[in-house]
Amino acid sequence: MPVQNFESHFQEKIDADVRIEPKDWMPEKYRQTLIRQISQHAHSEIVGMLPEGNWISRAPSLKRKQILIAKVQDEAGHGLYLYSAAETLGISRDEMIGQLHSGKAKYSSIFNYPTLTWADMGAIGWLVDGAAIMNQVPLCRTSYGPYSRAMIRVCKEESFHQRQGFESLLVLSRGTPEQRAMVQDAIDRWWWPSLMMFGPHDSESLHSEQSMKWKIKRFSNDELRQRFVDMIAEQVKLLGMTLPDPDLKWNEERSHYDFGKINWEEFWNVVSGNGPCNKQRLDARKKAWDDGAWVREAAKAHAEKRAARNKQQAA
Amino acid sequence: MNKELFIYTLHLADNALILAQRNSEWTGHGPVLEQDIAITNIALDLLGQARNYYQHAAALYNSLSDHDKNSLEGSLPRPWKSFHRELQEDDLAFLRDEHQYRNLLLTELPKGDWAFTVLRQFFFSAFQHLFYQELLQSSDPQLAAIAEKSSKEVAYHLRWSSEWVVRLGDGTEESHRRMQEALADLWMFTGEFFTAAGYEQAAATEGFGVDVLLLREAWLKKVEAVFAEATLEPPKQSWSQSGGKSGQHTEHLGYLLAEMQYLQRVYPNTTW
Repeated sequence: MPVQNFESHFQEKIDADVRIEPKDWMPEKYRQTLIRQISQHAHSEIVGMLPEGNWISRAPSLKRKQILIAKVQDEAGHGLYLYSAAETLGISRDEMIGQLHSGKAKYSSIFNYPTLTWADMGAIGWLVDGAAIMNQVPLCRTSYGPYSRAMIRVCKEESFHQRQGFESLLVLSRGTPEQRAMVQDAIDRWWWPSLMMFGPHDSESLHSEQSMKWKIKRFSNDELRQRFVDMIAEQVKLLGMTLPDPDLKWNEERSHYDFGKINWEEFWNVVSGNGPCNKQRLDARKKAWDDGAWVREAAKAHAEKRAARNKQQAA
Repeated sequence: MNKELFIYTLHLADNALILAQRNSEWTGHGPVLEQDIAITNIALDLLGQARNYYQHAAALYNSLSDHDKNSLEGSLPRPWKSFHRELQEDDLAFLRDEHQYRNLLLTELPKGDWAFTVLRQFFFSAFQHLFYQELLQSSDPQLAAIAEKSSKEVAYHLRWSSEWVVRLGDGTEESHRRMQEALADLWMFTGEFFTAAGYEQAAATEGFGVDVLLLREAWLKKVEAVFAEATLEPPKQSWSQSGGKSGQHTEHLGYLLAEMQYLQRVYPNTTW
């Protein structure tokens, strides 16, 4: 079959909502787009362990410590399924990690912000995981089978995290004046970066159009961002807190909240490496990897020796 | 009996919490993703055990007579005394001072490298595994129940840590050297498992606790079996450090608690 026929057959499957599986023919660009997107997502999970991990040793109660450790562990698990999903496209986990460490692959910029108080744990759950879910729920129906199946698991856990985050903020918001101030401060710092998580405006988005056609992506950045604003603008009232946006107000005509301008200069700065914690986060990941090199080598050497011994015994 | 049971339960809780705290320092920094998850899992299991014990200890204390409560004065968190409410698990974990902690010194040592962490876990899990088999017979139904639940978890901790001791002992020249170093650092802290504090002797006599001295031989046998496979040798040295069980700690515990307890200390009696 000439390539054009493969391509049109492929697009027919996509249009009919038939999942693409690892052994199916796919355009090279589709494969590359998925590798970029899935590995970026996996890296985000792994780097995302760091800002929350920052509070594990200081969590204020045994119950909160347990919840936080379990949550960070879930993120490691998400990283694992996503790396595995990407591996079905013909790239190894080590290669992807190499791309993260060299700066070639990106991860979500939100994790380049510092976690300064305990309330940041709640705010990350509520806002950051909340924004992530908005992006991720449609991915449960994304056209590539292994990715969509991984996302179904990820989304279940993420929505649990979001509820936990909100519940933790709710407790603080009913607490002492210091605790309430902590919540407001955390919302003030995490709100705008959370909005940036949806990516540039549709008109500026580099990869969007083709991804929509291939059903890798199903809604535009701006659509999802609007849904998020509408949801959070209501939920924040339950906390008795405010969002740091003087332009936020309900628009009867649109049946949506209007909101202020995002500082895209900050966004592009953080994306290109100039955020408060970019270097710190990447250094921490590289250090864990480098410090673990002898462990991985030893495990491999032992497995080889054991295999050789077993073979000898069998012979 | 509830007085000794309270102290004994705290000792078991402290062991589990302090080691959970140390292991959780690996979360996000493990040598490979699967093992990051595994060590975090062990931290979570230990934290769960600690919570069961602290909740039990708090309930025991709250049900004591005033006379018995007064006699426990020195083991209680000082800031809690001004709260005028019942004792809770978090008061015990976050508001006691170093000298009131009764954990084994082994559990509080800094996490070191992966060799140190897995060897410490192996020593501890090999002990806990034997310990829980005995605690199942405890005359205190709550301790027996915790033992039953925990022994399943510990069976996994022991298998996991044994495998790592073998892997690193047998792996490469470097991993073998690191295991030898970890062994030289840790061995002197293993004797404390089997040196009973006063409240442990009382616990064994009264039937709610375990006579730790009786576990020594089986523990050594397990260590030797795993070491043989790992091509490691248990040191000849017999001198050992102790004191943790009675509140005499290493310099490390103070820093660990300062960090762990910070929020509860700064904002006392607050709900989180």
